[in-house]
Amino acid sequence: MVAITDRLHERRSRFEFVLDKPRVLGSLFLTPAILYILVLVGVPFLLAIYYSLSAYTIYNPSYHFVGLSNFEEVVQSSIFRRTLVNTFVFTIASQALGLILGKFGALLLLRPFPGRKIVRALIVLPWAVPIALATVAWEWMFDSLYSVINWTLEAVGLMNPGNAPNWLGEPTLAMICVIIVNAWRFFPFAIVIFLAGITAVPQDVLDAATVDGAGFWRRNYQIIVPMILPIVVVGLIFGTVFTFTDLSIVYLLTQGGPVNATQVLGNLGFQIGILSGDVAHGAAVSLFMLPVLFIMVILMLRFIRRREI
Amino acid sequence: MSRIVKTVTREGSFYAAVAFFVVLAAFPFYWMLITAFKTNADLYNVDNIPFWFNAAPTLEHFRYLFEQTPFLRWCLNSLIIGVCVVAITLATAIPAGYSLARLAGREAEVLGIGIFLTYLVPPTLLFLPLSRIITVIGLQNSMWSLVVVYPTFTIPFCTWLLMGFFRTVPREVEEAAIVDGCSLLGSFIKMVLPLSVPAILTVVIFTFTLTLQEFVYALTFISSSAQKPITLGVATDLIRGDIYYWGELMAGALIASVPVAVAYNLFLDRFIAGITGGAVK
Repeated sequence: MVAITDRLHERRSRFEFVLDKPRVLGSLFLTPAILYILVLVGVPFLLAIYYSLSAYTIYNPSYHFVGLSNFEEVVQSSIFRRTLVNTFVFTIASQALGLILGKFGALLLLRPFPGRKIVRALIVLPWAVPIALATVAWEWMFDSLYSVINWTLEAVGLMNPGNAPNWLGEPTLAMICVIIVNAWRFFPFAIVIFLAGITAVPQDVLDAATVDGAGFWRRNYQIIVPMILPIVVVGLIFGTVFTFTDLSIVYLLTQGGPVNATQVLGNLGFQIGILSGDVAHGAAVSLFMLPVLFIMVILMLRFIRRREI
Repeated sequence: MSRIVKTVTREGSFYAAVAFFVVLAAFPFYWMLITAFKTNADLYNVDNIPFWFNAAPTLEHFRYLFEQTPFLRWCLNSLIIGVCVVAITLATAIPAGYSLARLAGREAEVLGIGIFLTYLVPPTLLFLPLSRIITVIGLQNSMWSLVVVYPTFTIPFCTWLLMGFFRTVPREVEEAAIVDGCSLLGSFIKMVLPLSVPAILTVVIFTFTLTLQEFVYALTFISSSAQKPITLGVATDLIRGDIYYWGELMAGALIASVPVAVAYNLFLDRFIAGITGGAVK
C-alpha cells in the first residue's frame, strides 16, 4: 500500500518536474493558440490559393488543376479592372479624408475644455458602433425620397426641390457616398491614434528644444512629427488593410452598383465565390488583395520596431 | 477692446470646430434615435421638419421589433456566440500571451509578431475556403460556425494585448512564489492570474465587442433568420423585398449599438495601446 502511494507520488512529481521546465511549459501554453491559427487561418489561406488554381465550383467540387487560367480570365474582365481601380480609389480617398479629419480633430481635443470627455465619447462612436448598423443609418440618410441631407440642402436654399440628387443611384455620387461613410468610420480612429502619439511625446524633450530656440513649427515638424510617425503609420496600415478588404459598407449601401460603379474586390469576390458559387474565380479575385496586404505587412514590420514612444 | 474681440473670435471658432466634429460623428446616431421613436406618418411626410418630432413619439417600432421579428432570438444568438468565443479566446490567449511574455529570445519575438500579423489577414480572403470547411464539418447555416471562426481574429489580438500586459508583471512575483515551494504552473495560477484581472476583463470586453461588430463571416455562413447574430439580422432581415421598415431598422440598430459604444469608450485607451503595438519596445 505504502509502495503504491509512494510510486504515485513519484510519478506525480516527475510530471511536475517536466512542467517546471520553462521551455516545456512555455511550448505547452503556446500550442493551443498556434494550432488554432494554423488550422483556421493557415490552412484556409493555402486552400484559397489552391482554389484559385483549380476549377472548383460548389456545383462541381473538383480539384482539377487549371494553372493560372482563372487569373487570366479575371484580368480580362472589364468589370474586374473597374473593380480594381475602384478599390484603390475607395481606399486612398477615404484614408486621406480620414487622416485629415483625424489630425484636425486631434488638435482640437488636445486642448482641455469643459465637456471634453463627452465630446471624445461622441466622436469615437462611428468607430465603435458595428459598421453594418451605422451603414444602415447612412442608407436611410441617403434615401432617394426621404433623405435628410436633401431636405436640409433644400431648406437652406442650396438646392431646388425637383432636382434632388439620388445619392446612391448615380455612379459618381454613389462612389462619393461609400468613401464618405468609410472616412466617417475611420476618422475617430485617426483622432485617437494622433492623440495617443502626441500626448506620449515627452514634455522634457519639447522643453529642451524650446530652450534651444526651436519655435512652434520647428517643434512640430522636427520633433513631434518624426516621433509620432511610427504610431501613425501603424494606425494607417490598419485602416488601409480594413478598407482595402472591406465589403460591408459597399454590400449594404450599393451592392457594388449602380452598374459596378462602386464594386470593390471584397464584394466582387463575395458575389462570384459565394452568391454565384464559382469558388475558383472568387478566390482568384480575392487573392488580388495579396500584393497590397504583403506591402502592408512589410511596412508594419519595419515600423512596429521603430516605435520610440 | 480689440483684444476681447480677438479672444471671442478665437474661442468661438474653436467651439464651432468642436461642434462640427461632434455633429459629423454623432448625427447618424441621433438620426437613428429619432427615427426609432417617430410615427410612420411623421417619418414619411416630406413637409415636416425631420429633425424633431412633429407628432407624439411612439414605441410602435420597438413593439413590432420584439413581437413580429426574431429580434430577441438574434440578441440571444449574439450572446451565446459572444460567450463561447470569449471562453475559447481566454483559454488559448491567456497561456499564449504569458508564454510569449516570459520566453526570452528571438523565437518568441518572431512568434509574437507572427501571431499579431494574422490579425491583418482579412475575412474577405478566407471566407471562401472557410465556408467550404464549415460545410465539411456540418455547420453550414448555423451560428456555431461563427463560434468556430471568430477566434481566428480574437486570439491574435488578445494574445498580443495580454503579452503586453504580462510583460509589465515583474518576474520577482513568480520567483518569490517558487522560492516558497510553488511550481512554475502554480505560481502562474496563484500569483500572476489574480494580478491580471483588469487585463483579462479588457480582453473579455474586446472579444465580445469584436464578435458583435463582425459582419462578413456572418453574412457568408448564415442565411436562415433564426441563426443570425444581431448585427446581421438587423442589417439584412428587416428589409423585405424593396420595402424598408426604417423605424424598426433604426430601433434595432440603436439597441445593438448602445452596449458596444459604452464598452468601447470605457476601454478605449487599452485598445489603442494594443493596436499600436504597445507591447513591443
